[in-house]
Amino acid sequence: MKFTQTEGKNRTDRQKVIGKATPRIEGALKATGKATYAYEWHDIAPKPAFGYVLGAAIAKGRITSMDTSGAESSAGVLAVVTAENAGPLDKGNFNVVKLLAGPEIQHYHQAIAVIVARTFEEARAGATKIKVRYASEPGVYDLEVAKETAVKPPARWGNEPDSAAGDFAGAFAAAPFKIDATYHTPAHSHAMMEPFASIAAWKGDELTVWTANQMIAWSRADLAKTLKMPPEKVRVVSPYVGGGFGGKLWIRADVLLAALGARAAKRPVKVALPRPMMANNTVHRPATIQRVRLGAGKDGKITAFAHENWAGNQKGGSTETATLASRALYAGANRMTSNRNATLDLPEGNAMRAPGDAPGSMAFEIAIDEIAEKVGLDPVEFRVINDTQVNPEKPAQTYSTRKLIQCLKTGAEKFGWSKRNAKPGAVRDGNWLVGLGVATAYRGAPTMNSGARVRIESSGRVIVETDMTDIGTGSYTIIGQTAAEMMGVPLDRVDVRLGDSNFPVSAGSGGQFGAVSATSGVYAACLKLREAIATKLGVAADTLEIDDGFAVAGSKRVALGEVAGTEGLSAEDKIEFATDREKHLHYTFGAHFVEVGVHAITSEVRVRRMLAVCHAGRILNPPAARNQIIGAMTMGVGAALMEELVVDKKVGFFVNHDLASYEVPVHADIPHQECVFLDDEDPTVSPMKALGVGELGICGVSAAVANAVYNATGKRVRDYPITIDKLMRT
Amino acid sequence: MQGPGDFEVSRRDVLKLGAAATAVPLVAKGQAGSPAEAPVSTQLSLNVNGKVHALKLDTRTSLLDALRDHLQLTGSKKGCDHGQCGACTVLVNGRRINSCLSLAVMHAGDKITTIEGLGTPNKMHAMQAAFVKHDGFQCGYCTPGQICSAVGMLSEVKANVPSHATTDLTAPCALTNPELRERMSGNICRCGAYSNIAEAIADAAGVPAAGRSA
Ligand code: FES
Ligand code: FES
Repeated sequence: MKFTQTEGKNRTDRQKVIGKATPRIEGALKATGKATYAYEWHDIAPKPAFGYVLGAAIAKGRITSMDTSGAESSAGVLAVVTAENAGPLDKGNFNVVKLLAGPEIQHYHQAIAVIVARTFEEARAGATKIKVRYASEPGVYDLEVAKETAVKPPARWGNEPDSAAGDFAGAFAAAPFKIDATYHTPAHSHAMMEPFASIAAWKGDELTVWTANQMIAWSRADLAKTLKMPPEKVRVVSPYVGGGFGGKLWIRADVLLAALGARAAKRPVKVALPRPMMANNTVHRPATIQRVRLGAGKDGKITAFAHENWAGNQKGGSTETATLASRALYAGANRMTSNRNATLDLPEGNAMRAPGDAPGSMAFEIAIDEIAEKVGLDPVEFRVINDTQVNPEKPAQTYSTRKLIQCLKTGAEKFGWSKRNAKPGAVRDGNWLVGLGVATAYRGAPTMNSGARVRIESSGRVIVETDMTDIGTGSYTIIGQTAAEMMGVPLDRVDVRLGDSNFPVSAGSGGQFGAVSATSGVYAACLKLREAIATKLGVAADTLEIDDGFAVAGSKRVALGEVAGTEGLSAEDKIEFATDREKHLHYTFGAHFVEVGVHAITSEVRVRRMLAVCHAGRILNPPAARNQIIGAMTMGVGAALMEELVVDKKVGFFVNHDLASYEVPVHADIPHQECVFLDDEDPTVSPMKALGVGELGICGVSAAVANAVYNATGKRVRDYPITIDKLMRT
Repeated sequence: MQGPGDFEVSRRDVLKLGAAATAVPLVAKGQAGSPAEAPVSTQLSLNVNGKVHALKLDTRTSLLDALRDHLQLTGSKKGCDHGQCGACTVLVNGRRINSCLSLAVMHAGDKITTIEGLGTPNKMHAMQAAFVKHDGFQCGYCTPGQICSAVGMLSEVKANVPSHATTDLTAPCALTNPELRERMSGNICRCGAYSNIAEAIADAAGVPAAGRSA
């Protein structure tokens, strides 16, 4: 079905299942170790061989010679695959650098070989016996230096890199209050708990991969393209994914090398990237340098607004568009934004949770705190004064729904914001300096076409199949809830099957479009199935009622299983989003409130309280949505206080490439977190009237922490992460 | 390190580069022409979840890989293989350990309990049920480790084993929120479900879930 206009009343409004707090339907499998992740398929490959990936030891240059004989004669080794003997390979549409390199090396730890052996231990031992000689070339690894050579990148996903309206220069010069500050955000690693992992098995010229992936259809196409084979001959299976955060949007070396290894060893092969290879072998969120200039009048209204961003990537890679979100967030007639991209020889940068907007908000939401203080206004009040219901760059375009003010005010009330002392460094609790910070969360609500197949069996069970993935986001449950609501059955009578390229193509998991798109696809398929039921019963679809497992039309009341018969009854459809996206801006909103304690002597920062008040349309499953928000808040605390991929600017790689040295928040770092959703629905985006929450929670939260640290200490650190050394130096 | 041109990583650079070591022929054995050295393997029996398994294992096999690859008990997860994440946590004679940091051959005669031994989907352990009830996970990959760790942690508290967060070493240990968070900090959850995990553990332990703490 095509979604062309604002949705009226529909069956999802019943809210008998949708919108009800529902435990994850796959929860018991996960809690008992029975959910099958990529590396864990035993029945399909009882005796798989093991592949161990070898990464390049230089960042840029060429392999001059590679002696694999030591590995080939090593005990248990079945095959060694390198670019030289892999056969002709292409590159996926979504990959920037090659997944199997040689002789040219594009970045450190780029895969140059896979060693396949009977056991993991033998494969790993074999890998140490390969002798590689390199001719290394000088590379560019320092964004600060490369910034000077950065150029205007092409538009991506329809977004121009630059924008302007009114007269920024004039307004900034005339503004009675202004700030001009530069902020640094470092590269971040997705560091999902499940490593990139795949099992590959060939049957003749057909390939099946069990892998950890967010986007089944894209990855099937890219794997086929890389292997120069028809996509129909590739099957991708990924029903459980141990976290992705954008890192598993595209295929990576593990799946290609498992496929090549399996072809060479003539048996199924499993490959997991060793943890210490993940940061440099795969992708990361690129570092940014951002300059923000803001001018405001005595009334606190923003009169001049400029946000410029510099980032870098491999040649041909996209840029971290940190200024997109700030374009329409606050009012102000005179404005400009820009994004510039430099070429770097670091590993490939790519999407990580709320790409652009997460680092953008890290800078921009500190800048708002700074200008509010200059003007002498409370930062909550300042944001309220500068709210806008239209796109300030194109005022004819309105927000479909925007309750940011309500988020801020509700949050301020709940958090006890009125007790905040605006004077920094004025509140003490023993040895701890205590501060409160606030920031806005703001993230787009896109949609993607999405398909599903729904079947009723003679038992009355409803089976939903779609290639949608659940990367911890709760897809299983909301899809089950949608089918239960639409087909009038209790949730425990619905089976949801995900993550298989044999199923209809869905939106996949990314850009916080997954939940709304995939459930809308299921909605469409369910409508079709309801029509099929009506036809079978010989009644008009609009006279049909389905409830409690029975189809009712006039005097007829037939159990669904009976309607389906022994054959079962099934329908497939997809949602195609065709509304005019120019008319409205579709966004999700939130307000983050954070209390920190900063130790007066050691400068240690502890987060003491956190609250997010969010506005994201209809909430399909409140506990899962809450979990998405608190998880993102946690990641935002990491970005604020500890996460940084440290660049070795001489050798050209990320030094801290494991979980001991790339620090992410642990239990001790995270207090009890509160999350409140405003009641709402947005019928302009989809029949589900939902928007998306997966990325909203990370936007702004790091700045809220930074602002709280400032309020506690009077120290404004503009260079993330805010570590003890920087606080001591400031 | 040599400059651009003829470049080969030296042993000294390897130490500097850390994980780049995989790319380097540190081991002079198994060169072309020389016969492959057979790995040393050994027979052992492992008692896992009350069942004794006879295994022939390469002595380099970690306990985690023995469980996952040889016994097909993939409930225990490999997040890092380096003792950095806790995803592989299992109970050995009731104590929690990182099974990736331990060789299988060290555990003959030990009683090993994995997530599969705690409960099943239809008959969950109280800790497993609490995780489901409080939505103490998202992707679920850290979850078996969190649950095994939580079970082991509760017996440590019961046995009055102090932690970094313990303020009074002579008083009986209490499972306060700071204690819980400190003691669980070896188990990373990148999905960031910590707040819910803390509630799940507190519920299973029968202590109040804490709100505010510094
Ligand atoms: S896999 Fe053992 S601690 Fe990470
Ligand atoms: S649930 Fe995904 S890492 Fe914890």
